[in-house]
Amino acid sequence: MTTTPENEVRASTDVTSMTVTELQAALQDGATSAEITQAYLDRIAADDDVLGSYLHVDPAAAVERAAAIDAAGSAGSGLAGIPVALKDVIVTAGVPTTSGSKILEGWKPPYDATVAARLGAAGTVLLGKTNMDEFAMGSSTENSAYRITRNPWDPERIPGGSSGGSSAAVAGGLAPWAIGTDTGGSIRQPAALTGLVGHKPTYGSVSRFGLIAFSSSLDQAGPMARTVLDAALLHEAIGGHDPLDSTSIDAPVPVLAEAARRGAGGDLTGLKVGIVRELGGEGHTDGYEPGVLARVAEAVALLESMGAEVREVSCPAFDLALPAYYLIAPSEASSNLSRFDGVRYGLRVGDDGSRDLDEVMALTRERGFGAEVKRRIILGTYALSSGYYDAYYGQAQKVRTLISRDFSAAYDEVDVVVSPTTPTVAFPLGSRVDDPVAMYAADLCTLPASLAGVPAISVPCGLSDGLPVGFQIMAPALADDRCYRVAAALESAQDDARGSRFLDQLPHRDAQAAGGAA
Amino acid sequence: MSDTLVGFDEVLTRYEPVIGLETHVELGTASKMFCGCSTTFGAEPNTQTCPVCLGLPGSLPVANAAAIESTIRIGLALGCRIATWCRFSRKNYFYPDIPKGFQTTQYDEPLCTAGHLDVEVDGETYRVEIERVHLEEDTGKNLHVGGATGRIHGADHSLIDYNRAGIPLVEIVTRPIPGAGAKAPEVARAYVTELREILLALGVSEVRMEQGNLRSDVNTSLAPIGSLEWGTRTETKNVNSLRSVERAVRFEMRRQAAVLDAGERVLQETRHFHEDTGTTSPGRSKEEATDYRYFPEPDLVPVAPDEEWVAKLAAMLPELPAARRARLSEEWGISPTEMAWLVNAGAVELVSDTVAAGASPADARKWWLGELARRANDAGVDLAELAVTPAQVAELVGLVAAGTINDQLARQALDGVLAGEGDPAAIVESRGLAVMGESDELVGAVEAAIEGNPDVAEKVRGGKVQAIGALVGAVMKTTRGKADAATVKRMLEERLL
Repeated sequence: MTTTPENEVRASTDVTSMTVTELQAALQDGATSAEITQAYLDRIAADDDVLGSYLHVDPAAAVERAAAIDAAGSAGSGLAGIPVALKDVIVTAGVPTTSGSKILEGWKPPYDATVAARLGAAGTVLLGKTNMDEFAMGSSTENSAYRITRNPWDPERIPGGSSGGSSAAVAGGLAPWAIGTDTGGSIRQPAALTGLVGHKPTYGSVSRFGLIAFSSSLDQAGPMARTVLDAALLHEAIGGHDPLDSTSIDAPVPVLAEAARRGAGGDLTGLKVGIVRELGGEGHTDGYEPGVLARVAEAVALLESMGAEVREVSCPAFDLALPAYYLIAPSEASSNLSRFDGVRYGLRVGDDGSRDLDEVMALTRERGFGAEVKRRIILGTYALSSGYYDAYYGQAQKVRTLISRDFSAAYDEVDVVVSPTTPTVAFPLGSRVDDPVAMYAADLCTLPASLAGVPAISVPCGLSDGLPVGFQIMAPALADDRCYRVAAALESAQDDARGSRFLDQLPHRDAQAAGGAA
Repeated sequence: MSDTLVGFDEVLTRYEPVIGLETHVELGTASKMFCGCSTTFGAEPNTQTCPVCLGLPGSLPVANAAAIESTIRIGLALGCRIATWCRFSRKNYFYPDIPKGFQTTQYDEPLCTAGHLDVEVDGETYRVEIERVHLEEDTGKNLHVGGATGRIHGADHSLIDYNRAGIPLVEIVTRPIPGAGAKAPEVARAYVTELREILLALGVSEVRMEQGNLRSDVNTSLAPIGSLEWGTRTETKNVNSLRSVERAVRFEMRRQAAVLDAGERVLQETRHFHEDTGTTSPGRSKEEATDYRYFPEPDLVPVAPDEEWVAKLAAMLPELPAARRARLSEEWGISPTEMAWLVNAGAVELVSDTVAAGASPADARKWWLGELARRANDAGVDLAELAVTPAQVAELVGLVAAGTINDQLARQALDGVLAGEGDPAAIVESRGLAVMGESDELVGAVEAAIEGNPDVAEKVRGGKVQAIGALVGAVMKTTRGKADAATVKRMLEERLL
């Protein structure tokens, strides 16, 4: 496959600002994976003390791996030689994996997640493991047990979460792209707040094997990238059936890059787009920033200008998504996190011979889990308790069915439904940590697609107060290609109008790039 | 701790027992329930494990299709309804032997429901209703080191072997069984015995109780005779032999009767059975029972057995033990009671195989229930464990029938077989056991007997024909049992009458 940069707006000369398609071209033109990897490692060394995007980087291992790819002569073929960052929720053989929690400090898994194995088989180079809210519970990455991650657009603001380490690294030039995971919005929301493309695949279309489970019926891994095409390429590399995951859909790997290329052509004639009233529409604007709604409205107008037919759709059950999500996800989490008991791996506290088993387990969990994780374990334990199950977990599952029906009804009328990805732009560090409900509201727009298991992408649609705004495109299950097509159309039209890529607006980007390329 | 007990017969003058059984069966699948690890018994601790059965973070289960098929076959053999759609659930509790912090099991949607199993005790048939048959995973095994009891209390430290964790386990739960009265302990035993026979016939488990392949929890309660309500039950855990099942029920009936006689309440609790003393002692009290917070396992897809496939499995079931016994009774011309003796002796297969090897049913039964049962009893082993094969028994029977040896010589030949000297014919040869023909040696012995016992010979000649037995005995003695008694008698008659 001959790869040419799809985005001709302005090809960058600094490898840490390049898109992956540009990196592929560079590799084919004689650049080495070792050079590219080293450039990223230099940026990490220079900037990550402040940015805080990684939890674990092993420069020597990365360079060695890149050199091996170079030596094998495969760099530039497909994804071979391209560096990648993985959210620390993804299990990597022999590489520390903590899921952002102290309870797993020091644990080196004996096996690879399917996502990691597929990227390895494709010849990518692991740059490191990225920071995240502990066990993916949070919307700002402030719940990491290890460090704060800053937003490259404004270091006093959060990078979104829970995949905030991945979003900050990719936006900040510390990784060309990254894998995130999304349970209620943890790919899309951080992508939106840092000006990236982030896609949550159809539930079951990317293997969960080796993802440290938060909420099993919702978790999905997906790509976070600088362009729609890059996201599609990364998605194709990790997608497809996996016999190790029983909930994996037995369907062919989706054709997504082709959809992105087609979308970039800018013709959306005949595409029917539904704007979800309940997500920022009339009568539902409480909590939405005017700047966000304005950018989203402009994006919709742009779609219309490319031939799309736009109408409003109503999904009344979406109003119930937040309470339903905060019963289902904590319920499953309370069970998934039971295995962290100090017996087999990770932290063990109080095993000094004076305490019995129950005390050691309790102390380990008391010390090993952070406040938000404990809050959700308690919430979920309560919701599953006998006598409360029907009223909470059972009821939430019914709401989930209603949300799926709303989606089905909408897709009877339109091809995709759209909304803001988040109600606000990135908020200041510390501003919501003491108000869990305000923090939870950051996922208001992303929760319905999670609960229904349908694919959804976030693509940048402009700035508000100098900060990125995300536009969310949701499609029916297994129609991920529609997300990529529409997102690529929007991206391409905006880039043309702006005369530059979205991330080129990042403050001090050129200065950073100059420093990194020196 | 010594419990006051009421005599068993006395219990029944005042109380009516209700029993129930929950039986766990480890399936004999090659791999575990949710991963590809081997299920072989007796491997070095923690060598048959992987990220899945160790519950490592990120690992996911994949259900073993062979285990699902075995469970459905068990359900079909027990006359159960097979679910068209059902799910696994998570049973959440903390214990080091469950590596995930929950056991993957089935809760309100079992694979099989509403079956029954008829068992026979002393010629009477009892119908045991089966409430459910479901599939789950086994736990790891704790080994508590130090301390006297092997229990966690008082132990210095504990070791855990996860080789067993994740082995497919089928749980078969009966409905309460009332009305067995004095036969309750035997009905409990007969149920487990029959269930074991069925599992063997299906080939779904080795059902070796000493290896824990089959473990029964026995529920027992007593109510005053005539009471409309059942009493409070206790659950006696891990009763691991057929004999213990019977003893556990018997003991609990006697203990509970004493508690009730004293005007006290029977506590609803889990009790442990002690093989050595035949007693039970309290375990975990149900009053501090955990809330297991069951919910459908989101990591597994629902099980939806195809109706045609289930019908095919039903059609392919082997002949079940009860039907087989009825058929064999008829073929062998024996009564149900005689068949019951064979069943209790564990001899049905052995007799059947011996008949197949050419012996008559009567001879085969005579050998296995007679001489061989005696040998097994003396050696303290089961019949099947004797070092003699049905083919060898048939060979012995054949040698006797042909007159090559007599019963006494056959017993000597059996000694040789059990001592590992080879097959009966070869042993008859090597030990020189063949019956003497009308050889010179025998003629000499006969004549010597007549000469040595002139009084007896005279009586016979005088018409007291039965006196000839003493002469036969004398000949047998000189020939050390190698002569054929009938031949000797005929030879004596020829000379005296």
